[in-house]
Amino acid sequence: MQEQAVSAQAKWQKAAITGLVRQTPRVISIFFRPSLIFPYRPGQHVDVRLSAPDGYQAQRSYSIASAPESGGVIELAIERLDDGEVSTFFHDVATIGDEIELRGPIGGHFIWTVEDGGPILLIGGGSGVVPLVSMLRHRAAQNASPPVLLLYSARTWDELIFREELLALKQEGNRFDLVLTLTREHAAHIADYDRRIDPAMVAELLHRMLSPPNQVFVCGSNAFVTAASDALIAADVPAAIIRTERYGV
Amino acid sequence: MTTRGFTGRRQPPEITDRIPPGQSLTDDFPVLSAGPTPRIRTEDWSFTLKAGPKPVIKWDWAEFNTLPQTKFTRDIHCVTAWSKLDTRWQGVLIDDVLAEAGIEPPTEFTLAHSYDGYSTNVPAKDLLGGKAMIATHYDGKPLTPDHGGPARLLVPHLYFWKSAKWINGLQFTTRDEPGFWELRGYHTYGDPWREQRYTGD
Repeated sequence: MQEQAVSAQAKWQKAAITGLVRQTPRVISIFFRPSLIFPYRPGQHVDVRLSAPDGYQAQRSYSIASAPESGGVIELAIERLDDGEVSTFFHDVATIGDEIELRGPIGGHFIWTVEDGGPILLIGGGSGVVPLVSMLRHRAAQNASPPVLLLYSARTWDELIFREELLALKQEGNRFDLVLTLTREHAAHIADYDRRIDPAMVAELLHRMLSPPNQVFVCGSNAFVTAASDALIAADVPAAIIRTERYGV
Repeated sequence: MTTRGFTGRRQPPEITDRIPPGQSLTDDFPVLSAGPTPRIRTEDWSFTLKAGPKPVIKWDWAEFNTLPQTKFTRDIHCVTAWSKLDTRWQGVLIDDVLAEAGIEPPTEFTLAHSYDGYSTNVPAKDLLGGKAMIATHYDGKPLTPDHGGPARLLVPHLYFWKSAKWINGLQFTTRDEPGFWELRGYHTYGDPWREQRYTGD
């Protein structure tokens, strides 16, 4: 398995777009079927490459939103960046049947599988929720029930990616707990908080968990990840159990 | 293979030959790391040079800052596909670290070690001849914690994960020993001009 994953990773391959689903005003889910299906673990990402007729290429990394159990189709949730080059292609040009190049899986650190157990604390800001959703979908597909608390911070109710799916998961229970905070929309919808993540919020999350997490995953912008991980450290969560992923460009 | 409908954005011709394949120019300075940012006070900081398991010399912050200072302006390239041109650094060349320690490179390989447990391997020859430094300043100011302060390794001709943040030691090793990301699917050497991003590239 290990060698197979590495050899698949080393190669660019064609992947066809099999579906597009608008998630929020700024985020679109695109479904890809790679020509060579590869195993991956929740939290990993892929590199995507686009080529112009004159040979010019642009590549970007995107976290995988789908679970490994999703049958060879990879879902990426791509946020539109106003000055983007690749994200604008996916938002404005791409359609079903188009082929792009893709390689993966990539990343051997920001990973959680049901074998790792729990309790786990997931903290996602904006599109930083994407690899955490892969973990939750994997947990559901495996019918596993290690305790999980997800804190998800977004600007507004409408910018919560995978909102209905997450709310439905919470409804099911099964030791999954969801806490939402909206930073730019106050009291228009029922969220748990209406402010940016801070030490008091993180302390309350840790209280809310029945027993302390054995792993914490934080993903989002650098400012978000810094605020979240500083708050975790201030609440005496050991640095060694905190894994972070920061969205760069 | 051409992507239908993709034209892309070209870099100005005067800088295209400074951007390695697959990279895009950024004006920001993105921050990437595997865990929380350690906050190391300079009064607690130290740097240890080791030959194998044996410490050769250890400096505290005040001592380290008396070593010869060098300024660098270099292009840097992150494996996540951004490049940043003309970044300005100041610190102590690895050549000067060895000279001050009074040793020749004892082996061909090194591992840089950091406060957060991170490590990365760099061949000794890539650290010498004015190619690399322990950087303490960026853009004329003390290096901030999110960019690796108080001090980071700077090896600008390799992908930037090799430029270990929060460095506290450099160890010469008898074999080429993979570090943190090299054990997790990333290339053992990491030359951006040969696009050595991942294992097998």
